[in-house]
Amino acid sequence: MLAQIDVEFREQILNDYQGVSECQVCDKPDYLVPIREVAFSFFQESGFPTLKNEDWKYTPVKRYLNEPFEVDQEDTNTIAPADAPYFGKQLPGYKIVMINGRFDPEQSELPDSSQCTIAPIIDVLREPTVKERLSKSRNYGANPFLAMNTALFTKGIYIHIPKNVKIDHPIHLVHYAGGEQKQFNITKNIFVVEEGGEAEIIESYYHSGHAPVSFRNSATEILVEPNATLHHIKLQKAHSNLRMVEHTEVEQKQDSLYNNYTFTLPGMNFVRNNLNLDINGSNIESHMYGLYLTNENQLVDNHTLVNHREPDCESNQLYKGILTDRSRAVFNGKVYVHSIAQKTNAFQQNNNILFSDDAAIYSKPQLEIFADDVKCSHGSTIGQLDDEALFYLRARGLSKADAQSMLVNAFAFDVTEKLVDEEIKAMLNEEIDKVMTGVIS
Amino acid sequence: MLEIKNLHAVIDGNEVLKGLNLKVNAGEIHAIMGPNGSGKSSLASVLAGREEFEVTDGDVTYKGQDLLDMDPEIRARDGVFMAFQYPVEIPGVSNISFLKTAVNEVREHQKLEPLSARDFLKRTREMQELVQFDSALANRSLNEGFSGGEKKRNEIFQMAMLDPTLAILDETDSGLDIDALRIVADGVNKLHSKDKAFIIITHYQRLLDYIVPDFVHVLNDGQIVRSGDKNLALELEEKGYDWLKKEPVTS
Repeated sequence: MLAQIDVEFREQILNDYQGVSECQVCDKPDYLVPIREVAFSFFQESGFPTLKNEDWKYTPVKRYLNEPFEVDQEDTNTIAPADAPYFGKQLPGYKIVMINGRFDPEQSELPDSSQCTIAPIIDVLREPTVKERLSKSRNYGANPFLAMNTALFTKGIYIHIPKNVKIDHPIHLVHYAGGEQKQFNITKNIFVVEEGGEAEIIESYYHSGHAPVSFRNSATEILVEPNATLHHIKLQKAHSNLRMVEHTEVEQKQDSLYNNYTFTLPGMNFVRNNLNLDINGSNIESHMYGLYLTNENQLVDNHTLVNHREPDCESNQLYKGILTDRSRAVFNGKVYVHSIAQKTNAFQQNNNILFSDDAAIYSKPQLEIFADDVKCSHGSTIGQLDDEALFYLRARGLSKADAQSMLVNAFAFDVTEKLVDEEIKAMLNEEIDKVMTGVIS
Repeated sequence: MLEIKNLHAVIDGNEVLKGLNLKVNAGEIHAIMGPNGSGKSSLASVLAGREEFEVTDGDVTYKGQDLLDMDPEIRARDGVFMAFQYPVEIPGVSNISFLKTAVNEVREHQKLEPLSARDFLKRTREMQELVQFDSALANRSLNEGFSGGEKKRNEIFQMAMLDPTLAILDETDSGLDIDALRIVADGVNKLHSKDKAFIIITHYQRLLDYIVPDFVHVLNDGQIVRSGDKNLALELEEKGYDWLKKEPVTS
């Protein structure tokens, strides 16, 4: 039940559901009504996850929810401050401005409509691709936030890349958060890259810090069709007043490539990423790269799930963490190789460096293999900087601080070097360097 | 240049150096030989400043200063170089950018201007040629995926770049084939001058076919048990170390 959270917040959620289901002006396609009903009744029953939920064992969400939040209040007057210094601002490309989950076309810089379709999700619920994505059965048990999201969403963005279209510049989603009240925002995004299409989607986040706490419950459904490519980059750095759960479901079809890069840097005091990949065709390639560099009392949780359902595919996960101060991180990665998925290559690696006695990491790499002709590996390390390497660098004249910083950057570089986008790579390396200089000296 | 007096050192509760004395003057090449476990690498480690080794007695003076009082990076900047027996692989740290930082740290300490990008490049090319170090390797991550011989050659390349006053080669010859051995030896011979000294730690005599030492010392059980000229090395090659172990210290 919802008993564990603030009474007002609970009422808000109930009211919001009534609002969504009784809304007169909203589009309520027939297929969606039962989907919302199922999701809501599930959520009403389960409530937000507690530590008893295996998938949330080390992630006490209650402490981040225990506020009198206002759920999805209309805030159409809020505009994004044009000078907001969000992380990634200097990156070139198209810009999609999202304010508390609501698409703001006025402030956006969109690609030509011949290149792709970009629309508020609520306007395209009858699109077959949208219907198909929303009708997918999802594991609400592991993801109560997703149940809530599906039941209540009215905001979010739909990005559709047509067949054989290669978007000429990255599409940069900038998620602004904050308002007069403590906000809880629900947003549902759908990205579809049709056969042979190619796109790069970057996500940035912003909270001014002057506004009260905001909680972002975001769910993104992605379809990468045959022979299509999607590079998906999350630059998770914002003020500590922003908390979020970002759920991402990706379905890939044959011969497609999906690259996910998730960078979480000091700032937001709670970030939970769920990244679920459905490898649903042969000859698919998927890469999932994560880097979390945490400080103060941040909690960053990455849960991944890869389902190899077809033969001859490759998935590769590399998540690295550098934890300082009292921060905590969780990595939980699961790879299922179904019995039909012969010749699968699936790799999963999670490496962590603890920079403080008070930091903690919970790492759990899991492989479940039901096919017999596969190459799979998984591993996890937790440690400090290598003393032998430190001595080597010092023995060549580098100061201890410089040597440490060089080793930390090298550790992180392993992930950043995987970025194809050189500008993002340079921006991140500079930021990591800046953060670590503060930690080491 | 270097004077070691009655050096005692302990690691993990074991005394590994038990009153070692050695004097090295500028321009000299000293070879230190000895059986496994005699303390050869411990000596190199103490001189380079490995913190796991605790010096319990004795002192080491380098260019008139107390070497043991200096942090490893200060020793390096002051011209002490150790070629590691087992160079570490450091993925993600570029060989060349690391070396540029190191070279400029050393230069700054010696009150020299940092090398410009162009001068650094020029020097890199010269030294790569000198020690026949493949430029493709120089641009890779530090020692990552290098063969044993490539790692050792990288040590000599770094030595050439850093231009030390006192170089300690800790079993640089072990695991090298004859061609690599010759390249390493050539590098040392070309870098050697009247202002510089070398301490070459080796288990085998064969490196000394290419680098002719002024002195050969035999280390056993944490002490130098015999010193002589290059002929001592040949004698060791012939007789092994056992005859020295049995004899009392005479030097």
